[in-house]
Amino acid sequence: MSIRSLTVPELEALSRKVRADILRSIYEAGSGHPGGSLSSVDILLTLFFNEMRHNPGDPKWSMRDRFILSKGHAAPALYTVLAECGYLPESSLHTLRLFGSSLQGHPDALKTPGVEVSSGSLGNGLSVSTGIAAAAKLDGKDIRVYCLLGDGECDEGLVWEAAMLAPHLKLDNLTAVVDRNRLQIDGCTEDVVRLDPLSDKWRAFNWNVLEVDGHSYLQLFQAFGKAKEHKDGPTVIVAKTVKGKGVSFMENVAGFHGKPPSKEQLDQALRELEAE
Amino acid sequence: MSMKATRVAYGEWLAKAGDKYPNIVVVDADLSASTMTRGFADAYPRRFFNVGSAEQNLVSFSAGLALGGKRVFTSSFAIFETGRAWDQIRNVVAHDKLNVALVASHGGFSCAADGASHQALEDIAIMRVIPNMKVVMPCDSEETVNALDAIMEASGPVYMRLRREKEPNLEKPYSFRLGRGEVMRDGGDVTLVASGMLVLNCLKAAEILKEKGLDARVLNIHTIKPLDEGILVKAAEETGAIVTVEEHQVIGGLGGAVCEALSENSPTHIYRLGVRDVFGQSSRTMGELLELHGLTSEKIAASAENVIKKRG
Repeated sequence: MSIRSLTVPELEALSRKVRADILRSIYEAGSGHPGGSLSSVDILLTLFFNEMRHNPGDPKWSMRDRFILSKGHAAPALYTVLAECGYLPESSLHTLRLFGSSLQGHPDALKTPGVEVSSGSLGNGLSVSTGIAAAAKLDGKDIRVYCLLGDGECDEGLVWEAAMLAPHLKLDNLTAVVDRNRLQIDGCTEDVVRLDPLSDKWRAFNWNVLEVDGHSYLQLFQAFGKAKEHKDGPTVIVAKTVKGKGVSFMENVAGFHGKPPSKEQLDQALRELEAE
Repeated sequence: MSMKATRVAYGEWLAKAGDKYPNIVVVDADLSASTMTRGFADAYPRRFFNVGSAEQNLVSFSAGLALGGKRVFTSSFAIFETGRAWDQIRNVVAHDKLNVALVASHGGFSCAADGASHQALEDIAIMRVIPNMKVVMPCDSEETVNALDAIMEASGPVYMRLRREKEPNLEKPYSFRLGRGEVMRDGGDVTLVASGMLVLNCLKAAEILKEKGLDARVLNIHTIKPLDEGILVKAAEETGAIVTVEEHQVIGGLGGAVCEALSENSPTHIYRLGVRDVFGQSSRTMGELLELHGLTSEKIAASAENVIKKRG
């Protein structure tokens, strides 16, 4: 089974369904991270439906492109997109964080098909992705590695250790995406520990840096296209996003980083997503 | 007795294994001349990665190489590799059961002169506690080679502690098997349990005890995890008195592991020789530190006599 590329209107329609499913699963779980899941939906859909080479019928296919969710708390978004692709039955989304479920609170590579590496402890994903990309280069294997980071995650020193290494190894098969929603648990990223100028930081580390609206499919298509053309070094896409995107009362609210919606909030959110 | 450092044996093994196993890659964190991975780097430059002095990246990058299908040997000093990168070891390498061999040099008091910051005295405890992790400490350079061969036959994460100094090769009446403790010397009055180069001091202590008419058994626990509980229970039942000997904190290390196993299966009089909840310090020769912490053959023998007295 291979994935059919979607048109922008199809992606937009699917993104509303995915956002609704994410919120339902977090509500049912009674805990989870809605804000950073919703901000990453359009990036994930672009990657899994229009960008990456992969086969849900054969999750371990050796020539698949690899996706690493470094911001592991966006697990509900990843699970929902994996279910849309066919890696998981959609019914499994009701089991998020349930005892015995394959859908752990943070991604578990041993339990969930389509999850390449376990994450949840921030900062590891880019370093792991760099290793996967280096192994592929060593083997002359034509695969691409994609890593999604949170912006708050960029507080972690390990992100920058890996950011130094990947250009040094000239890994042009590696593309990082920073979900730049400007909020982390304790508030605005710029108030917690200033990150700006974030793109300049990556440039100073010798990355090819692209800035896009992380909710514009056309801009995301273009950026991933340019990343593929860029030679002799990795590309980072700094994707400006809105935390809680798609739900009026969650947008740009740090409080929804790790708090599930109430029943009333869920109902209102579903009404908004269905009305669009 | 031929003398060689365990880290040198590792370097030589790697350089040979590179040919035999094209899938091996090696990652180091700016210490390749000390961990002895330099030989592999020279022979197989494309398969060697130096991440600089960045231990978290050392481990997570190694995890990525393993996910990419490689057998990864990851090296730095024991203190930094296990301490600085514990999260990466626990949450990525061990959790996902990746084929990363963390082979660390300068374990224990190897870095005598460098002082507390460089002496790895907690590494066994913090590696042993992680699920899926195997912990190996070979007693000499020959056993290092045998253990590395065994690691290549096994799969999953392993931590291996090596040392800096030249040490003699011991006579070993067995062929190496991961997870099996070995009787280096039989005896019925007391059992001395050690890993690494301290096995030698235990054998010397057994000679001292012999002069006093006491027959000491010496066990080499080269694999601290999974622990050979059977050989320990047998020793407890047959000798009733045990001294554990380690270049490590007595909390959580070999002594801790032995106590855990025996208190559940065969409670026995035990004394744990090792570092008693203090940091290390500089010393121009390692001997002074071994003396301070009771790890010389004379002090091991004295501790053995005390445990025998307690047992009655």
